[in-house]
Amino acid sequence: MSQGVGVVGLYVRDQDEALQFYVEKLGFRVHTDARNGDYRWLTVQHPDQPSFQLGLFTPQSPILDAATAQTLRDIVAKGAMPPLVLVVDDCRAAYDRMCARGVEFTQEPVDRYGTVDAGFRDPSGNGWKMIEAQA
Amino acid sequence: MGTGLGNKQGRGRTSHGPELLRRLLRAKDRMDAASHEEWPVPRLAGVSGVSEAHFARSFKEAFGVPPHRYLLTRRLERATALLRDTNLSITEIAFQTGWNSLGTFGRTFRDVTGESPGELRAREKAIPHQLERVPACFLSAAHRPDLTIAVSEKRRQDVGGSMNGSEETEVP
Repeated sequence: MSQGVGVVGLYVRDQDEALQFYVEKLGFRVHTDARNGDYRWLTVQHPDQPSFQLGLFTPQSPILDAATAQTLRDIVAKGAMPPLVLVVDDCRAAYDRMCARGVEFTQEPVDRYGTVDAGFRDPSGNGWKMIEAQA
Repeated sequence: MGTGLGNKQGRGRTSHGPELLRRLLRAKDRMDAASHEEWPVPRLAGVSGVSEAHFARSFKEAFGVPPHRYLLTRRLERATALLRDTNLSITEIAFQTGWNSLGTFGRTFRDVTGESPGELRAREKAIPHQLERVPACFLSAAHRPDLTIAVSEKRRQDVGGSMNGSEETEVP
């Protein structure tokens, strides 16, 4: 695939913390980690999805004014950012694995609508729904 | 981690700082995950690592509604879904969603939604649904009764004294 969405970014409160979470707890890989002064372009990738990068960005000056950056950090921490969905082969197995690594689940796996779904948050407050791929 | 409100006040309503907000979110998540359980302030404050004295106000500042009312909307949302999607009796639904009394459930449900549980069930069952493609949690959140609006609040307060003045002690 040569066309399509390449990067979608999340706001996180701390890029080191987010990197550790998405790589060590979720199994993503670092795609790009480039610094320029205080700015850090950081993206990770699902190992099965090489054409897509998930950006882990901090709301920060001078890209944003300080008050806007603060507001965005608050919004993330309140869990008010838009829904995210992670598709997995086996929701219960992924839940067990991620629990063992200390992922904060907000909902245990539930059978419904012919699949299984669970919910978790990243350390910043971004909420993920984890849904088992339907055969 | 933030140490609480004391050192962050003075910058208006969103002065909590992300660390505290994140911990308040944890209390909200826990209510979401088990809205049928009792969530008195000490329990919620413990989840958030906030003093009991500050919890209710902090929660309201963060999420716009006091914690007990948030819990109420979650219970009504779940009850609505069960009325719509299952054949459980209304009594069973009332107890499954955390009410101790069928009467309180029916009265609160009507006061907030404008119709009785039985009426809602009859109406919903008559409508075909095409919502299977929306992840369930987002769907349920979208169907949550919006109890921040003045009319509903007024109506709720008009029901009688039993619900009033219960910000600290909970619960429907």
